Amino acid sequence: MNDVILSRIAEALIWTGRYVERADATGRILDAYLHRMLEDPWRDEDVACRSLYAILGMDAGGQPVDMQQVLDQLAFDARSTGSIEGALGAARLNARSAREAVSSEMWECLNSTWHALADQRLAARRTGPYAYLELVRRRAALFFGLADSTMSRDDSWRFVVLGRSLERVDMTVRLLSVRVLDAAHAPDWPTLLSASGADEAYARVYGGFGDTPRVAEFLLLDRDFPRSALHALTTAEECLTALGRPRHDPARRPIGRMRTRLEYLDTHALEEQLPLLLRDLQQACMASADAVADRFFPYQGPVEWAQEGA
Amino acid sequence: MADIFDAYALADAWDEMFERPGEVRTAYEPVLAALQPIEPSELRFRADQMARAFTDRGVTYAFAGEERPWPLDLVPRILDALEWDLIQRGVSQRVRALEAYLADAYGRCRAFEDGVVPWRLLLNSPHFHRAAHGVEPPGGVRIHVAGIDLVRDEAGDFRVLEDNVRVPSGVSYVIENRRAMTRIFPSLFAEQHVLPVDGYAQRLLAALRAAAPDGTDDPRVVVLTPGPNNAAYFEHALLARLMGVQLVEGHDLVCRNNRVWMRTTRGEVPVHVVYRRLDDDFLDPLHFRPDSVIGCPGIMGAAMAGTVTLANAVGNGIADDKLLYTYVPDLIRYYLGEDPILPNVESYRPDEPGQLDAVLDQIEQLVIKPVDGAGGQGIVIGPKADPDTIERTRKAVIADPRGFIAQRPVALSTSPTLAGERMAPRHIDLRPFAVNDGNDVWVLPGGLTRVALQEGNLIVNSSQGGGSKDTWVLAEGPSESPVPLSAGDPLAVAPRQLGPDGTPTVVQEGAQQQ
Repeated sequence: MNDVILSRIAEALIWTGRYVERADATGRILDAYLHRMLEDPWRDEDVACRSLYAILGMDAGGQPVDMQQVLDQLAFDARSTGSIEGALGAARLNARSAREAVSSEMWECLNSTWHALADQRLAARRTGPYAYLELVRRRAALFFGLADSTMSRDDSWRFVVLGRSLERVDMTVRLLSVRVLDAAHAPDWPTLLSASGADEAYARVYGGFGDTPRVAEFLLLDRDFPRSALHALTTAEECLTALGRPRHDPARRPIGRMRTRLEYLDTHALEEQLPLLLRDLQQACMASADAVADRFFPYQGPVEWAQEGA
Repeated sequence: MADIFDAYALADAWDEMFERPGEVRTAYEPVLAALQPIEPSELRFRADQMARAFTDRGVTYAFAGEERPWPLDLVPRILDALEWDLIQRGVSQRVRALEAYLADAYGRCRAFEDGVVPWRLLLNSPHFHRAAHGVEPPGGVRIHVAGIDLVRDEAGDFRVLEDNVRVPSGVSYVIENRRAMTRIFPSLFAEQHVLPVDGYAQRLLAALRAAAPDGTDDPRVVVLTPGPNNAAYFEHALLARLMGVQLVEGHDLVCRNNRVWMRTTRGEVPVHVVYRRLDDDFLDPLHFRPDSVIGCPGIMGAAMAGTVTLANAVGNGIADDKLLYTYVPDLIRYYLGEDPILPNVESYRPDEPGQLDAVLDQIEQLVIKPVDGAGGQGIVIGPKADPDTIERTRKAVIADPRGFIAQRPVALSTSPTLAGERMAPRHIDLRPFAVNDGNDVWVLPGGLTRVALQEGNLIVNSSQGGGSKDTWVLAEGPSESPVPLSAGDPLAVAPRQLGPDGTPTVVQEGAQQQ
């Protein structure tokens, strides 16, 4: 009987997918930012670094921030799952605890990546983080490529893809939020596009350049680009549909509602609705992730026994 | 402390980095300070990293029959804001004058009537195409993209070496060089503000769209390439990708009723602007070389009918003929009423009475160039040539005086370049790129700096074993100070959701390994 999956395994799988995606997206954002800052003659390093912290939902502290600190905290910090190294480490441990559910090739990919990071980190201190970030992006692509080609399309696979999709929406929303909430201190639109790996896809669709708010439209509403919020929501909903049985699935409902809202959104009204829309998207993803946890992982931690009369 | 600059001996030319031995120019101070403490092995490591990155990205060129990574030297070439202001104004002036000349030569021919330029220059140019006569390009633009080659002479003054207004290439290397330098050597950029180069594709697309035939609402632009076997195919693909337009080959296009269409899976789609990266001769077998298999039959007819714009226009070759080059300062005065900002290199015109003898008398002290050579081919540098070559050149010039010009040899300026384990002076030039959208001639900050990698060599073309340098234009200073982040104004982006990080909550071995 292989059509059931342990709750614990399911949870490990969804977070493996999320963490790998998080490392990938963080790597892209850092690369785009670093490149932009070196080339932008009017840069203010502290302001730019703070907007990075804001995107990634971390506290920058009261002192001026520079790029080295950004790399130390957002890339190289193995203890925080908000940094690349921490996320990949957590993905590796999660995959290890679900070792029999992920394919050997996927596990080896994460494991060898984790072991390769230390060397690249040392090299990055000498020659800059480019090679490190490139390794992260390539291995993330390899991991999901292996998931695609070595896992059966069963529930295990769906949890991995669901985790990735939820994280994708979350990351895209974060990028846009920083721009929408505080444009003066945020990166320009082309940087946002390349941080989403979307610059070439955007140029092909719009035959132009990402210097307008149309970038927001693309990153939220494009039906074909896999990192757009709409595309990722659609994928997440497909996974939830296949996973869930009850008609009123609290995990699927917020996702499905947001997906329909995005699909029928009047693009002319997008700009004024944007702050609200981004907030709702973020909340929908959180609500769905919570509902998934409630429904599929009811595990509450080890039971602690108290000695009677002690 | 010994460092890589220790043995640096200035050559007999203007050095870009050092004013005198050991005395660095202001603009280079931060870069020198960053480079000096680096071990040679470390520089080698980065150079290898760079070569690998270029190979992986397909930024290669053909040399001696093999595919080699694009050679980029680690030491940037730096232009300060003042120098750049001069270059940019000079290049833009030159392009405006050449535009005026082309409009005149394919129109009313005033300059010839007024005796500024002799008629024969036009009539016996192999690039003078009757088909281009009377074609009135939208916005009056024939030179959508220009590459003007500059050198810095012994006194440190920039001079124009030649104009390229047909299909100038090399801009992709400017973009890729910067990309590679910021990623592989980020610490070099730490102290200086360098103007970005990634706005090029955007400017180019805007200029191409502006050049669309009148009455086209949403013009479709394509890049026309000879195909993957062309040496500059990488550049064609990069520009198409950055602009988000189709990269087409000749047989992807079809002409009917003087209109150009491209064949797609959804049927034939009209094309309005063709940024063509092949020579006039190959463009249209119906008008030019009938044996061209890479062109598109009928495209010239469509251009003449005004339904499609070719960029750059057909027939521009008359403006970058090297003999015309010697007249450009006069053209600037004649058409624009301005004094030339960038001077030419002193030149002789062997086809003028008397000058042929002057050239032949001192041929071993001059540089002899064929008027339509490209890529450094056919250039003979008198002082460095052997007697046989001199003799052959002498005969060639006597046989066809119109086919050559002669110039004073300029000792191109030198820049420190990594040679083995140390820095050595190598000669460099500069090709800035200009984009003309009809209202304004915009010059990409910097341009392509090419470097002759062999000691003493003056020919920098990559097809002759040349390398390149990332070219920095320093910003004058912040135009407006960035808005400081007000304290106590945290951005309201939600915190991350966190899941299990895989660390076990309960650690009890609980199973003996037997």
